Amino acid sequence: MEFLGYFGGVFELKSLLLLFGGTIGGLILGATPGLSPTMAVALLIPFTFHLTPTQGLILLGAAYTSTVAGGAVSAILLKIPGAPANIATALDGNEMAMRGEGARALQLSFLASGVGGVIGVLLLIFLTPVLAQWALQFGPSHLFWIAILGVTVIGSLDSKSFVKGLLSGCIGLWLSQIGYDEIQGTERFIFADALTGGIHIIPALIGLFAIPQVLDMLAKGRSKVAIETIEVPKYSFLDSLRELIASVRALSIGTVVGSIIGLIPGVGGQIAGLVAYDQSRKFSPQRDKYGTGHAEGVIAAESANNAMVGPSLVPLLTLSIPGSPTAAVLLGGLLIHGIFPGSDIFDKHPQVVWTFINSMLLGQILMVIFGIYTAAWAARIARVPMPIMAAGVLVLALFGSYSVQQSMGDVHIMLVMGIGMFVLEKFGFSAAPLVLGLILGPIAGDYFTNGWMIAAAQDGPWVYFFNGPLNLVLIAMVVASIAYSFWSNMLQGKARKADREAAQ
Amino acid sequence: MKTYLKKALLSAGALALTATMAVAADYPERPIGVAVSYGAGGATDFQARIVTMVAGNEDILGQPIYIVNKPGAGGRKGWNWFATEAEADGYTMSAYNIPHFIAQSIKGGVKYSADSFEPIANWGADPAVIVVGKDSKFNTMADLIEYAKANPGKTTTSGAGLFVGHHIAALQIEKACSCKLAYIPTKGGGAAAMKAVIAGEVLAGVNNLSDAFRAREAGNVKILGVADLERNDFLKDVPTLKEAGLDVDNSSVNFRGLMVKKGTPPEIIEKLAKQVPLMFGHDRVAKRMKAGGSPMHIMSRDEVKAMWAKRQETLAELLKGL
Repeated sequence: MEFLGYFGGVFELKSLLLLFGGTIGGLILGATPGLSPTMAVALLIPFTFHLTPTQGLILLGAAYTSTVAGGAVSAILLKIPGAPANIATALDGNEMAMRGEGARALQLSFLASGVGGVIGVLLLIFLTPVLAQWALQFGPSHLFWIAILGVTVIGSLDSKSFVKGLLSGCIGLWLSQIGYDEIQGTERFIFADALTGGIHIIPALIGLFAIPQVLDMLAKGRSKVAIETIEVPKYSFLDSLRELIASVRALSIGTVVGSIIGLIPGVGGQIAGLVAYDQSRKFSPQRDKYGTGHAEGVIAAESANNAMVGPSLVPLLTLSIPGSPTAAVLLGGLLIHGIFPGSDIFDKHPQVVWTFINSMLLGQILMVIFGIYTAAWAARIARVPMPIMAAGVLVLALFGSYSVQQSMGDVHIMLVMGIGMFVLEKFGFSAAPLVLGLILGPIAGDYFTNGWMIAAAQDGPWVYFFNGPLNLVLIAMVVASIAYSFWSNMLQGKARKADREAAQ
Repeated sequence: MKTYLKKALLSAGALALTATMAVAADYPERPIGVAVSYGAGGATDFQARIVTMVAGNEDILGQPIYIVNKPGAGGRKGWNWFATEAEADGYTMSAYNIPHFIAQSIKGGVKYSADSFEPIANWGADPAVIVVGKDSKFNTMADLIEYAKANPGKTTTSGAGLFVGHHIAALQIEKACSCKLAYIPTKGGGAAAMKAVIAGEVLAGVNNLSDAFRAREAGNVKILGVADLERNDFLKDVPTLKEAGLDVDNSSVNFRGLMVKKGTPPEIIEKLAKQVPLMFGHDRVAKRMKAGGSPMHIMSRDEVKAMWAKRQETLAELLKGL
């Protein structure tokens, strides 16, 4: 309960202003396509030069929490996920927005983010010493198995057909291998200079999700019917709150999955949202509704990606190991003020660390308030006529992919992937499994080669990858996940057959 | 007709010349970008942001400097972009990492070499150090080398990628002890390599002095040796590898500084070469760098040129036959 004593630091006038500024600024930066939380925090670091360490970290902490949640805005309203964390949010959130339920989707996503985020920060406050040791347990072999576990959900993710899901996952895995392999020192599939470093995930996301939708809108745009706009009914905050409480299953699955994944260094928040989305669907009685604009999908994804924020800082604060790219930037923010994270950071700089953590806690709550406040009018964007909307999204997509690294190459990658996905969607493939393949490919590949190299110097790969309780638990989970997929697939097949027979 | 054309060409040339001179006198008129070939949050990015923070002062450049991250392929992507696509007008600079980009150009497959760029000034030097976990059985370099000799190819040693300072240091150690390590390049930079050491996934690691210093302050690692010619001010108690009996020089020291593309107007290079060291030497920069545990080493354009030439030679020798 030590942290309560340091709340005073947050409630000073200047700190409070920074907290407000960080939260609102973070929401805006997060909602801007192409600006990931990592970039947003990096942009704010120079501002902290002129602040005291405590104030600087209040700004960074508040911005970190709200950029992650802000990404949901563009994911839901424009189907442009602001960061990999928001991919799963776009799946159901955008469907809801297209039906005119954008306000409901946004309110639910902010509430879920808030709940997940607060629990994540509480874990950081109370369990840091325990969790730090746990985070260190994950070596290359374990991270490889975690990536494989992620691969096993590819087939079932947002796809009507299991086989097509697997196929688009494979395309994603292949695309992820493009680029220079830093571990083996070889080049793979580099046909253009822009591909030397591989396909950057953010332009890829923008292309895969936004462009097919733009093309669809433009294709429809000439008919009179489509120019009619969508009604956006008001949705009361209390109804959202009630709905959130009713969806406690999705909320808790999201929070738990997000916290666990956030803790593992090297996997990070990229897959938290997707894994939580998939898990909550598997446990839901209404699993067929996922992907068609089901609120639980948004709740699971958003609670997961904000729950990951707190735990992802555990390895950073106690071991000085940044577990995610954003944590690496925050490390820079700490170092600039001469604060070296380590197991004694809570004794050496209690004022700074606790104020930082408290600001994240308050930041979560402020983020919910501002988010809900703006949700109602932000959702009106759905009333924009389709051709104008398509043009607007296209402009944002171009700007967003250019701004990541100020590179035209990224814009070309975005357009090529977008047009490719548009064609694939016509054949019933969907973007989510492809993206998951794109994210998991490098994780699985790099940790496998790394593990293989270490194993070669020790007792060989069999011992290295298949021994030890953590490896075995993860392997068991992989097997269970594959078995579940087959089983549910068979059940579906039987049900369909029964339907057909009944119809005859 | 011909003379008319000649005259026209001449006057056009003269016009172009006066134009460049005018450009140089007014330079810089707008903010200057610095491309960093590594991701946000990495040591190079972090330091580049600090050392450029006073660029906007009237007595330095009078215009702010902003950072653009172009990470990928161990820095190859950013430097390829800089060598082929960036404008040579002084408004785009790049941060260099030695020995990385020289070693990469010697290995081939990239579109740059030391001749593609013009150095401006050097801001920092981060030597590679040898680290082991805090509970490791190795307490000195001698312990580690003895083990490596008894178990060839079994001493797993992590480092941040191939043909970077860490890898060069590992190669030099192997050559000096005529023994075989198992160098494990990790993805995710020095932080991932350090994590492998702290978590005991590998027996030893090569890492940045600045990061190792902090990890030791936090009580997570022991530092066995510094791959430099002299002991470092941050780690006065740690011997150099030479002192530990290994013939390893400072070829692996990670020098960081700013450069422009070849073909940038000489007046602009001159102005930058004069002003940028002042920027690096600014009190506020020095204070922040010290607080962050990042060793500074300011070198002028001529000193950097000489250093590049020397690295080119030693690295070509070391990487021959790899």
